[in-house]
Amino acid sequence: MALRDVDLEVRPGEFLAVVGPNGSGKSTLAKHLNGLLLPTAGDVWVAGINTRERDRIWEVRRITGMVFQNPDNQLVATVVEEDVAFGPENLGLHPDEIRRRVDEALGLVRMEPYRRHAPHLLSGGQKQRVAIAGVLAMRPRVLVFDEATAMLDPVGRSEVLETAHRLNREEGLTVVHITHFMEEAVAADRVAVMDRGGIALLGPPAEVFGQAELLRRLGLELPAMAELAAALRRAGLPVPPDVLDVPRMFEYLVGVA
Amino acid sequence: MSIRIEAVTHVYLPGTPQQVTALDDVSLEIADGEFLGLIGPTGSGKSTLVQTLNGLLRPTRGRILVDGQDIWERHADRRKVRQRVGLIFQYPEHQLFEETVFADVAFGPRNLGLGDDEVRARVTEALRLVGLEDPDLLRRSPFSLSGGQMRRVAIAGVLAMRPQVLVLDEPAAGLDPAGRREILGQIRSLHRRGLTVVLVSHNMEDIGALAQRVVVLHQGRVVAEGTPEAIFGRRQMLLEIGLGVPPVVDLLQRLAEAGCPVNAGCFAVEGARDEILRWKLGTGPARRAAGDRVAGPRAGSGPARPACRAGRGRGRGH
Repeated sequence: MALRDVDLEVRPGEFLAVVGPNGSGKSTLAKHLNGLLLPTAGDVWVAGINTRERDRIWEVRRITGMVFQNPDNQLVATVVEEDVAFGPENLGLHPDEIRRRVDEALGLVRMEPYRRHAPHLLSGGQKQRVAIAGVLAMRPRVLVFDEATAMLDPVGRSEVLETAHRLNREEGLTVVHITHFMEEAVAADRVAVMDRGGIALLGPPAEVFGQAELLRRLGLELPAMAELAAALRRAGLPVPPDVLDVPRMFEYLVGVA
Repeated sequence: MSIRIEAVTHVYLPGTPQQVTALDDVSLEIADGEFLGLIGPTGSGKSTLVQTLNGLLRPTRGRILVDGQDIWERHADRRKVRQRVGLIFQYPEHQLFEETVFADVAFGPRNLGLGDDEVRARVTEALRLVGLEDPDLLRRSPFSLSGGQMRRVAIAGVLAMRPQVLVLDEPAAGLDPAGRREILGQIRSLHRRGLTVVLVSHNMEDIGALAQRVVVLHQGRVVAEGTPEAIFGRRQMLLEIGLGVPPVVDLLQRLAEAGCPVNAGCFAVEGARDEILRWKLGTGPARRAAGDRVAGPRAGSGPARPACRAGRGRGRGH
């Protein structure tokens, strides 16, 4: 059983990070969010549409866009802008509208300068941004990143993560970010921790990463700064619970006597 | 077993418009029994370099010497070199193909023409080295295993050749923290048993925890080389070429640059904790506290600069 008895509401406009060990059901959950998988029991509603409603499945998939792990498996065209246009073309839109959407999508991921480049010559992070643009051209309301940073180098990872946060903050897109990197969950609004098909923990990062013992039992670990904060607390330094990344730790340390 | 790379240049598709110089005059020595970390951004030449190490790629110029022997010399036995230098690519589980775990791990030794008993012994040994001891596993299909187990079966397939050097390209990619700890722990113990290890990784924390020496590749050239402390001490250079430093190092260096009396030379959480406690609670030699809150870089404050500073300025081309 890949998922069991999961109740979860992804709130409009939130940035939800989903973490959990291999095999805990993260990717299965992701694929339920746009009807790529249908639940054996229970229901998934996307913007009020039940994913079981067959004749509305394409509507569901326009609302929820997915970005997957392997950048090389998601690009279909030999030129960046053609790749981004692939989705809107399939919607049968007018060429002017397609152009408008492609321009807009490439702008949102800051890839306009590469519009005439060949995707296979881009870096991993750039390829993922093109994949995101392809999804954005469908004008989704929710973006699901299914371990979209797993195969990237540090710069590629931060490119994709920053893009996700910017789209969330500035464009109001709801983001579900599935990841193995605990560091990538610290700036989320909420973190869901999955274990054996269920949700073991759900809350703001400060709360979730305060549960060091439980996370360790699940085979996860704390982000480095959360671990350092816990060690400092044990030694008597009252580090606040929301100090989870380097900038905040730095600020805290230089700010207290 | 030592490997010497002498002025190696590798050009893909020479003489065509797509010509790419993946390695540009790289010289490097890997000592017997060493644990070397190889880092560099995507496209820096890491994969090309590891494929030249065991003769999978022939360099356009330069020589590869394995135990003093040029592996591209006319009579060199490259088959033997490939047995002794085991290469584990990224996502090695994609290369599993046999019907059972046993058959998959046995594939290499069988191709060496070894007898059944010897093959069986090697398979058992290799699986034990990667922590897969359950005999029931041997008969199972490798494709029925978890991702982490599949990867370990793939690594066992290389270990069954009894290599003396193990080159691993991102062995922990895509694994959860527990899976990552497990596989890195096994690599560490293989090194303790005498294997020479070359670890290619983007994960600076893993490199810091395991490698004795780090080589940084950028645009096909070796731009820095030294202990993890020395390399991480050059945060600016690493950031410029698209890498980073582990979060702990990042924090300590920012603090040190802001004039706080911490030694930026450690990269484990415990070390950082001790540095910060010594500063904040005066539980050690450095006692400067509140008055030291100065923003902006300042030289000469705090304890002696860590050894890593000595590494500055050794890079090329930046």
